[in-house]
Amino acid sequence: MSPTSIFAPVSTPAESILGLSVFVFSIVAVIFVVVFALLAYAVVRFRSQGSHSTEPAQIYGSTQVELAWTVIPVLIVVALFLATARVIASIQNQPRLQNAIEVVVTGHQYWWEYRYPSLNIVTANELHVPVSDPAHPTPTFLTLLSADTDHSFWVPRLGGKTDLIPNHPNQMWIDPHETGLFLGQCAQYCGTQHAKMLLRVYVQSREEFDRWVHEQQQLPQTPASAGRRAFESTACVNCHTVSGTPAIGKFGPDLTHLMSRDTIAAGAAPNTPETLRLWIKNPDAIKPGSKMPAMGLSDQDLDAVTAYLETLR
Amino acid sequence: MSTHTIALTDLPTTRPLTLVLHEWVTTVDHKRLGILYILYALIFLALGGIEATIMRFQLIRPHNALVSPQVFNRMFTMHGTTMIFFVAMPMLFGFANYLVPLMIGARDMAFPRLNAFSFWMTALGGLLLYFSFFGGDGLYGAGSAPDVGWFAYAPLTAKTFSVGHSTDFWTLSLLSSGIGSIGTAINLITTILCMRCPGMTLGKMPLLVWLNFVMAGLVILAVSPLSAAQLMLIVDRYLGGHFFDTQAGGSAVIWMHFFWIFGHPEVYVLVLPAFAFASEIIPVFSRKAIFGYPVMVLATIAIGFIGMSVWAHHMFTVGMSAGANTFFVLSTMAIAVPTGIKIFNWLATMWGGKIRLATPMLFCVAFLFQFLIAGLTGVTLAVAPLDWQLSNSYYVVAHFHYVIVGGILFCIFGAFYYWFPKVSGRMYGEALGKLHFWLFVIGFHLTFDFMHVPGILGMPRRIYTYEPGRGWDIWNLIVTIGVVFQAAGILVFAANLVWSYLRGRTAGNDPWDAWTLEWSTSSPPPVYNYAKIPSVRSRRPLWDLKHPEDPDWRYE
Repeated sequence: MSPTSIFAPVSTPAESILGLSVFVFSIVAVIFVVVFALLAYAVVRFRSQGSHSTEPAQIYGSTQVELAWTVIPVLIVVALFLATARVIASIQNQPRLQNAIEVVVTGHQYWWEYRYPSLNIVTANELHVPVSDPAHPTPTFLTLLSADTDHSFWVPRLGGKTDLIPNHPNQMWIDPHETGLFLGQCAQYCGTQHAKMLLRVYVQSREEFDRWVHEQQQLPQTPASAGRRAFESTACVNCHTVSGTPAIGKFGPDLTHLMSRDTIAAGAAPNTPETLRLWIKNPDAIKPGSKMPAMGLSDQDLDAVTAYLETLR
Repeated sequence: MSTHTIALTDLPTTRPLTLVLHEWVTTVDHKRLGILYILYALIFLALGGIEATIMRFQLIRPHNALVSPQVFNRMFTMHGTTMIFFVAMPMLFGFANYLVPLMIGARDMAFPRLNAFSFWMTALGGLLLYFSFFGGDGLYGAGSAPDVGWFAYAPLTAKTFSVGHSTDFWTLSLLSSGIGSIGTAINLITTILCMRCPGMTLGKMPLLVWLNFVMAGLVILAVSPLSAAQLMLIVDRYLGGHFFDTQAGGSAVIWMHFFWIFGHPEVYVLVLPAFAFASEIIPVFSRKAIFGYPVMVLATIAIGFIGMSVWAHHMFTVGMSAGANTFFVLSTMAIAVPTGIKIFNWLATMWGGKIRLATPMLFCVAFLFQFLIAGLTGVTLAVAPLDWQLSNSYYVVAHFHYVIVGGILFCIFGAFYYWFPKVSGRMYGEALGKLHFWLFVIGFHLTFDFMHVPGILGMPRRIYTYEPGRGWDIWNLIVTIGVVFQAAGILVFAANLVWSYLRGRTAGNDPWDAWTLEWSTSSPPPVYNYAKIPSVRSRRPLWDLKHPEDPDWRYE
């Protein structure tokens, strides 16, 4: 069972697309069987046996049959079109509910930034949303922006994809009915590491989501340490933010609650001390072409910075 | 090689190689230019095929490390650009160049020197594209090919994201070949309107000529905006323009519109000449006149017009309004109607005929089955909500390769075998032809049938590697195995061409007992095509000659 199949939807937009696609694929399959059979019959039945001494009867056309195979396809197209138009309207014209969660998603070259403006949370690469009970829906509305090139947000089990385009804000919404982790990845070529710009959406029960929100809103307690000094006295702070410290860079992911995340490098590697150290030492070993530079730290500083990052819970 | 040269010099008519080369380089003869186009396209077919093979072997299993992401991204950019602009278009222009004047009873194209100019502009384009491997980083650097994808979405092509000159080579290459394409289109339209032999009214032209006529019109309408966009991109990159520069308030979406108002009609630019081959080969090998000629012409014109109004179905995911999405769903689905009419008319042409399954017909029959599938997956992608799922996935990659390989390339192979006797004067090897066919059918279906599945399972295109555990592994393995069969088929094809050209038996003027004018002259035709300009009374002048008791003109 693929974790990214479009045929296993758990959210209304993906479900209505599946319903439509079953209808469309059924009609298409019937056309396929009929025309395939006719073609196969013609090739087998009218295949010439041996040499042809006489020519077959020449038939130049027939208004009736040609009219038939014009009108019937027109009717099929009308049916498909009407069914499609209905689903387009139902997904694109969905009114925004009062209790919807708002998330601003910003695509960066090879990672995702998530901001929850009303909750005052900034995080990266792992999106947390509450499960939506169909009886009392709590959908999540995503505003899609890009900091650099085009990207596309695609988590097949939650909904269709929508592009993130610079200077062109887009919207989409999801209302997952099941808790769990849903996977996807960037679906618009965005540069060297397009392949490792992975998407992870954590759908949580309301209580778990509220707890996560509360944790994200706290400032991490990080006493002064050698690692923190090394981090704050190198170029790390030019790109990364750790709230409540001098690190206020915006180019890379916010690290305030780094340890609350399961993965690093936009899902390319698990978040363990070993991979974290390797990532700081040589990002190309995990994700060649990523925008994170090798920092050229001494082994001692590497250990210290890794240990500091491990405290950012 | 040396024996070959000796054999040549033994012939009394042989001239020095330099003279022969000089003749080919300076030629304005439509047949020689047609052959140049086709040979040129075959070289690029090999290059594009090698690029595709590298990609497929990189994707044979998850987390493979055969090539770096940088190299992979160059490969898919070069593969797409090469196959569309330097294989499909020159190949089809080559056939049009060779066949249209012969089929309308003319001695050459309307503008022979424009014809030569167009070919050499196209040739320059291909050379510029591949020179990027040496000059892409600037001449001081190591060089690299463009890596922005064949539709080169802004702002990835901006100076900020694409440093060095690789994007410039891509841009200049398309600009140059675009000038060549527009020149050829003007030439074809003028030739078809002004150079037809006595008696050949528009309604009596062979369908191949009609389809190339509409194709040429589409080239003028579609390639012009592409060329304009290339100029705008150059202005952005070197003269401080901001058309597509999103860092300075430009619009990435405008580039998409410019590209796809070219890009979708381009599909019809390629498929109409392929339909043209099928429309000549299927009747001859079914021994019946084409069914519903007027409707075939009208359907072609309808495809041309509707084809100009569907481009934004490539942009269903960019956030257009519900109204705009709905419009492009309707226009895109509408095009299935004239396309369906064509398939039914070819079917009716075979119905009640006496079908000879020689190699050209085998390729055309496979084309019919495969184009049926390609058309139907096209209908599924026209459904915008389904496209929100499948756009930019491997389902789309499978769909358009079904069109371009399963449809267009199969027809091109059919055309190669069908007209090879006319062009070379010799028959091809039938057994090798059938071997090529079966290898290619097996390879094609292994690769492109199974490629639909990972798309449905969420695999996006243009990724140099993928995560295990997504259910994509086995499909990618099968897809890659298919490549081996396709490559073997191509090698058999090339061997057949060379062997038949050197050793094939003499074909004679009319080996297929065919009906259009080109089969009335010698094989290969003389420089002037026809000693006396023919005159015709029907769509099948040679049928009339062979069946004086029952000529076509009684029924048309």
